[in-house]
Amino acid sequence: MGMAEKLRFRDPELAKSIAQKIREVAPKDETVKFCHVCGTHEWTITHYGLRSLLPKNVEVIAGPGCPVCIVPAAEIDEAVQLSQKGVVVTCFGDVLRVPGSHMSLLDAKATGADVRVVYGVADAVEMAKRERDKEFAFFAVGFETTAPSTAVEALGKPPENFSFLVSHRLIPPAMELLLGVGDLQIDGFIAPGHVSAIIGLKPYELFPRVYRMPTVVAGFEPIDVLMGIYMLLKQRAEGTARLENEYTRIVKWEGNPKALEVMDRAFAVTGGNWRGIGRLPDSALKLREELSAYDAREKFGVKVEQGKDILLGCECHLVIIGKIKPDECPMFMKACTPANPVGACMVSSEGTCRVWATTATRSQ
Amino acid sequence: MRLDGSKAQVDFGEGVLREVNVTLVDAKVGDYVLVHAGYAIQMVDEKDALETLALWKEILAFEKEQGS
Repeated sequence: MGMAEKLRFRDPELAKSIAQKIREVAPKDETVKFCHVCGTHEWTITHYGLRSLLPKNVEVIAGPGCPVCIVPAAEIDEAVQLSQKGVVVTCFGDVLRVPGSHMSLLDAKATGADVRVVYGVADAVEMAKRERDKEFAFFAVGFETTAPSTAVEALGKPPENFSFLVSHRLIPPAMELLLGVGDLQIDGFIAPGHVSAIIGLKPYELFPRVYRMPTVVAGFEPIDVLMGIYMLLKQRAEGTARLENEYTRIVKWEGNPKALEVMDRAFAVTGGNWRGIGRLPDSALKLREELSAYDAREKFGVKVEQGKDILLGCECHLVIIGKIKPDECPMFMKACTPANPVGACMVSSEGTCRVWATTATRSQ
Repeated sequence: MRLDGSKAQVDFGEGVLREVNVTLVDAKVGDYVLVHAGYAIQMVDEKDALETLALWKEILAFEKEQGS
């Protein structure tokens, strides 16, 4: 999309008129709570101060939308162990400082391990091709947005000195979990735009159908998010629960069939642990049997104990599911800051605590 | 965008070019793509973007008339 169109999705006049419509359609006394599950949505909402445009009784909370934050400590421990076995561990920059049970990858690097930040998996494969005398592993973290790129490289005959530590997770099972958290009481979902660019709309069908939960897929510009909130409020006012797509310029009903096809060829769906949440069935990806030669866990016999996800005093587990706001954690901006993060939510640029800490226009 | 097999040079705005893997999309030169971690993951429908904005403005205006 060109810059001109992009700017129009930030048009303050249009934003004001949507905010006006939101006030008109919002219930007068009941509290309404919508949940998004995307770090970028939180960034847009916080950065543009969108919460300040909403009536007091319309709340938007952040669910488990930060792919780095929900990687359990045990899987950080696996990456650390790989690096200590002499394998070059390549990862996204955000992953470097995420705490494991004993240390982060950055700590491992400080003690001599070869840990390298890459922009994407393709760069890691290129490194392995250039340095044939070393073993390389790519720490594959991320939701459905990132998993297709891992799949393409895994299926593309990577060099023998390359393997994957797959920690991909799937968003719809996490959304379903939130509906079971008793006192969270969500009234609607703002479904993530970029995950949906891959998976399409179908995986969300169960939310309106089974749970009577209004669900709107929304984009990332301020106008997108406001429009998403308006569409949710409108459904509520009409007493219906539907699946709607605000982000039609990117998200198609069928998603990206090519990406889904490579994901299916490379990965099997399995149960997985989420930091702060625990084990969710059918929520993680693992390499298929025929690609097991590229599975770093098998190749190097990685074995770790049960991980320690949350440090004493850190309330990341409550922030991750949207149960508390960052500033309700006693450590927020005191013991835990962007310069010295304690919990995963302060480490990643998509973490709710980090977004709140680094945005001047934060408002409730 | 300039194509070369699975790779393309994508303009990230103001002439900043970056190599992007385009195997997951049916892109041709001049198309807009959504890029994530070095991979184009979806086409951007520019016409749709403009129509969406126009439609919303219409809806908002219409509902204003209806509402008042």
